[in-house]
Amino acid sequence: MTEKATIIVHSGDFDKIYSAFIIGNGALAMGMDVSLYFTFFGLERLKKGKLDKGSLSKMNYFGLGKFMIKLKMKKSNVRSLEGMLSDFVELGGKILACDMTMDIMGITKDNLREEVISNFCSVGTYVKEARESVMTLFI
Amino acid sequence: MSIDTNKIKKVDCLDETCPVPLVETRKAIRKASPGDIIEVTGNHESSKIEIPMAVEALGLELLSIEEKNGNWIIRIKIPEEK
Repeated sequence: MTEKATIIVHSGDFDKIYSAFIIGNGALAMGMDVSLYFTFFGLERLKKGKLDKGSLSKMNYFGLGKFMIKLKMKKSNVRSLEGMLSDFVELGGKILACDMTMDIMGITKDNLREEVISNFCSVGTYVKEARESVMTLFI
Repeated sequence: MSIDTNKIKKVDCLDETCPVPLVETRKAIRKASPGDIIEVTGNHESSKIEIPMAVEALGLELLSIEEKNGNWIIRIKIPEEK
C-alpha cells in the first residue's frame, strides 16, 4: 500500500500555506498519497481569489514584509501559490475542507473553490486518514 | 546501449528551485509510456540529490547523473511494463 501524508492546514498565513504546499507537493513527487486538511484560518485561503492573500506569520509590517518576500521569491524563481496548488491537484493530492469551520465562519460552498476540493468533512475523516498515514503535520 | 531518441522525454528545470524539479520530474514520470527515458536537466543543488531519492522511492531505475557546465542531467528509466 502507498504511504500516506496527512497535513492539517490551520494557519492562513502566506508563508505557512507555502510550507504546506511545498511539503505536500514534495511528498506527492516522492510517491506518497497526500491529503491537505484545511481548517480555521487555513480554510480562508480556499475562498475564491484568496489563496495568496494571507499575511506573513512574522515581520509582516502591515504588508511591507510580505511585499519584500514576494519580490525575493520572484527573483529566486519560486513558483506561485496558484502554481503549487495546480501541481498538487495534477499529482493527485486531495484537498479536504472542514465543514465545522464553514459553519462558524459563515463560509458556504459557493464561497470556496469547489473544483479543487475533493471532500467536505469533519475530524473523523482526518483521524481516519491520519491513522493510515506515516507522516502527519499541523501547520 | 542503443537508445531510441523518441523514447527520451526531456524535462527542463534550469533555474527552477524547490520543489519544482522534483514536481516536474514526477509529472513526467506519470505521463511517461513504458520504456521511456526521462531526462531532467537542472542546476538546483539539492534536487540533484533528491530526485534520485524520489526515483528510489518510486522503485524506478536511475540510469545516470551527469554534470555539465554547472548543470546536472539525470536520466530515469521507466520499465517496459509499468
